[in-house]
Amino acid sequence: MPINYYIFLALALFCIGVAGVLTRRNAIIIFMCIELMLNAVNLLLVAFSKMHHLDVMQTNPATTVGTDAQLFVFFIMVVAAAEVSVGLAIIVMMYRNTHSIDINFLNRLKH
Amino acid sequence: MNVTEILFWILSALAIGSALMVLLSKNPVHSVLWLIMVFFAISGHYILLNAQFLFIVNLIVYAGAIMVLFLFVIMLMNLNTDTEPQKNKWLRLAGVVAGGCLMLVFVAAFREAEIQRQQANAAVRLVQMGEGNIGLIENLGKALFHEYVLPFEISSVLFLSAMVGAVVIGKKGD
Repeated sequence: MPINYYIFLALALFCIGVAGVLTRRNAIIIFMCIELMLNAVNLLLVAFSKMHHLDVMQTNPATTVGTDAQLFVFFIMVVAAAEVSVGLAIIVMMYRNTHSIDINFLNRLKH
Repeated sequence: MNVTEILFWILSALAIGSALMVLLSKNPVHSVLWLIMVFFAISGHYILLNAQFLFIVNLIVYAGAIMVLFLFVIMLMNLNTDTEPQKNKWLRLAGVVAGGCLMLVFVAAFREAEIQRQQANAAVRLVQMGEGNIGLIENLGKALFHEYVLPFEISSVLFLSAMVGAVVIGKKGD
């Protein structure tokens, strides 16, 4: 499978995420769109690792190059899980203060 | 067109269609369920790329844990369809146009790269599908616990601090 297909797929998912962040005003939906963008980038990283692996395998069949990229994706998932826990706590606190999760209520940094 | 390519196109269509439905559905619970569909499709792509460890981590961590957390928060807040007030129509249109313009710029850039590749008569860069053992847990585990031990331990500290932070922020009263 050519790498271009993966690039365009990840691009489409990323741009859908960007459009979602810009159009919706529900804070949770915006957060979900950020997760969508993160996953698009993860998919692209894995595809690039397999592309690089195939290149090096032509000369050295026993190579393990490309493992680093997949571990990088693993660490991105770790950081995303930590980010989600803190972000959802912030959204819950914001809901408790304003009784709404509309982000337009956050344009002034006071409650 | 072999089985792998057919599966690639089906999973891609599923991912993009579900991602669009995340934006278009009014009910936040439906958005979460469509997002779970996107994550399943991306996990299918990991299977096609023979990245089995990432497949299982994506299913357990994202589709399992994180999305359940989202569902819990949405249901705790009792968000219904009509709680999201309609945004200004022009602002909404501007958001869609901005996202589309970003996509247009990227697609144009990659088309230009493709044209230059054809002019230079370079080979198409292929992705290895369904074979190669770098995505198996044996290789990843060896690399993780030999070369990446320090980042692994630091991520445990990150989790601890995130946990403490979530509890402190979410605590009632101040």
